[in-house]
Amino acid sequence: MSNGTLFGKLWNRHLILTNPEGLDLIHVDRSLLTDLSGTVGLEEMEEDGRKVANPALHAAMPDHVIPTGREDTPQQAKLRERFVRNLDRLSVQQGIRHFGRGSGRQGIVHVVGLEQGFTLPGATLVCGDSHTSTHGAVGALAWGIGSTEVKHVLATQTLWMKRPKTARVWLDGSLKRGVFSKDLILWLIGELGADFGREHAVEFAGPAIDALSIEARASLCNLGVEMGARFALIAPDEKTFAYHRGRPYVPDGELWESALEDWRTLHSDVTAIFDKEVRLDVSDVTPQITWGVSPEHVTGRGGAVPAEGAESGALDYMGLCAGQSLIGLPVDYVFIGSCANSRIEDLRIAADIVRGQQVAGGVTAWVVPGSEAVKQLAEAEGLADIFIAAGFEWREPGCSMCNAVNGDLVAPGKRAVSTSNRNFVGRQGPNARTHLASPATAALCALAGEIRIAEPEAAICPAG
Amino acid sequence: MQAFETHTGLAAPFPVENIDTDVIIPMGPLMMTPRARLGEKAFLPLRFREDGSDNPDFVLNRPEFRGASILIAGRNFGCGSSREGAVHALQGMGLRVIVAPTFGDIFYGNCIKNGVLPVQLDDTEHARLMQVAIDANGGAEFGADLPRQVLTLPDGTEIPFDIDPGHKSRLLAGLDEIGITETYKDAIAAWQAADRKAHPWIWAIEGSA
Repeated sequence: MSNGTLFGKLWNRHLILTNPEGLDLIHVDRSLLTDLSGTVGLEEMEEDGRKVANPALHAAMPDHVIPTGREDTPQQAKLRERFVRNLDRLSVQQGIRHFGRGSGRQGIVHVVGLEQGFTLPGATLVCGDSHTSTHGAVGALAWGIGSTEVKHVLATQTLWMKRPKTARVWLDGSLKRGVFSKDLILWLIGELGADFGREHAVEFAGPAIDALSIEARASLCNLGVEMGARFALIAPDEKTFAYHRGRPYVPDGELWESALEDWRTLHSDVTAIFDKEVRLDVSDVTPQITWGVSPEHVTGRGGAVPAEGAESGALDYMGLCAGQSLIGLPVDYVFIGSCANSRIEDLRIAADIVRGQQVAGGVTAWVVPGSEAVKQLAEAEGLADIFIAAGFEWREPGCSMCNAVNGDLVAPGKRAVSTSNRNFVGRQGPNARTHLASPATAALCALAGEIRIAEPEAAICPAG
Repeated sequence: MQAFETHTGLAAPFPVENIDTDVIIPMGPLMMTPRARLGEKAFLPLRFREDGSDNPDFVLNRPEFRGASILIAGRNFGCGSSREGAVHALQGMGLRVIVAPTFGDIFYGNCIKNGVLPVQLDDTEHARLMQVAIDANGGAEFGADLPRQVLTLPDGTEIPFDIDPGHKSRLLAGLDEIGITETYKDAIAAWQAADRKAHPWIWAIEGSA
């Protein structure tokens, strides 16, 4: 039973069988292998002497561990040897395509999958990374998995899954100019909670979603998992198809035509029944910034920390008091990057604000493009020059300071405004204090050297 | 994988919401520590003070809860990153049962794959269990019985819990899933052959580098 939902249609399409205990065996059409969970999965396959079942359906690339600076520290060199080189070696050994640094295709899996057209509407896609929900932005059924499951996919091209329930978040209205999809999803997490989507596949729909660009939708679905949705999903539309046309791994000619015909059927029916449904109007959403240690610890009210109900542990960790304003707090780091916000549109938004100005003294400000393709395009458009002239570091693609796996750290006790997706305790480094925000807010904070939030303009911004 | 059937042990109350897998095991130590020793690094940001000494306020550091094997956790436990090392770290500390009102979905699945029993209780039952664990203060044993789907309080009272039958059977069997799946290889091959005809654009990638 699909109950007419997009999720149900996609699930049923990939259902191989249901076992007597009610677990579904689901086919995996695409898998992305990172230099962390992907390397480990391939190493375990090697230990067992197993062959990958369908190597052509995978793509491997270093992102988590690969350094983003010019020279490796001894620690980075050691990690590179183990994780980055092994991904390359084992991918080649298994016949899996590998996008290494310098290939023109390296980058963060959730940026590269979309931009290369490896991710297709209607396909199932998995990765040993929770932010795989990103790919739902183009109507792929995509979800993050653990390392045991990574190995299972490599060995069998399938996964045993308990079918999740379905939810729809319907969004009416239009975002104000100066309010972005990052603000929208942070606001939603604040409204609905960090576990709203648990055990559910969450479809985002409505006029406010229709108005978003594909990259803005990707940022939104990326943080879907921060509201507990392992699966985030947006029905593909003409914007999606225009985005896909001509990308390297998207079929052309007759196959494109038949794919398009199929993709146009991928939406929830008018009569679809969801297990849970909410409807909200986005017209009054303001720029958001987090104050605490969960993405649900977010404020849009002029940067005010809640006066009541804020967890004392979170406030202590962040060095804040209940009821205070974040505005004017000195900022030590600004990070523009991550699978949430490192695409070309994100960099254009930030560069527009930065243009002709200077990063405030004492602020370490980085731009880490999401992929080599984004980096090249940003350089060609002159965005890199704008950032560099303003005092930003312009770095090589990777996850970098979002998860601080590769040694790109926020120093202990320091305050960062970050376009990434997690403000967890210790996430950006031991005792690092993270405030999540949009690229626009991050850029403003870099210039000011303190937390600033722009007042949104009343005019409508259909591009989101 | 390890099977789970029944378990008896001390229960530690840990009523903090949104404990994410970065807190359960930060990525730095996860990458540098062999799996067998991950328990030493579990809850690292909460467990140690900045000078490296034990944080006496952290529940699992308190003498009465050392050796606890059942964790009564808060809402949305195990949210965030998909890292399976979070489950390995908890196992390494000796934890076999985690009880919470809600779990992160990926973490929940990783528990099933590793023989750790995740028990989801509604808010009322969870609050009651939390209070009993606080009152017991490490001085009494709790039980978990998966075949009968009950938790047992020190006074013998039973709290029933729901679990998906598929997850339950995997935990009870403790089998290698790849081995199970390979018994279905003909069904997988047949599905793929049909899908190549139905959705050929998915498979066109086989011809590209």
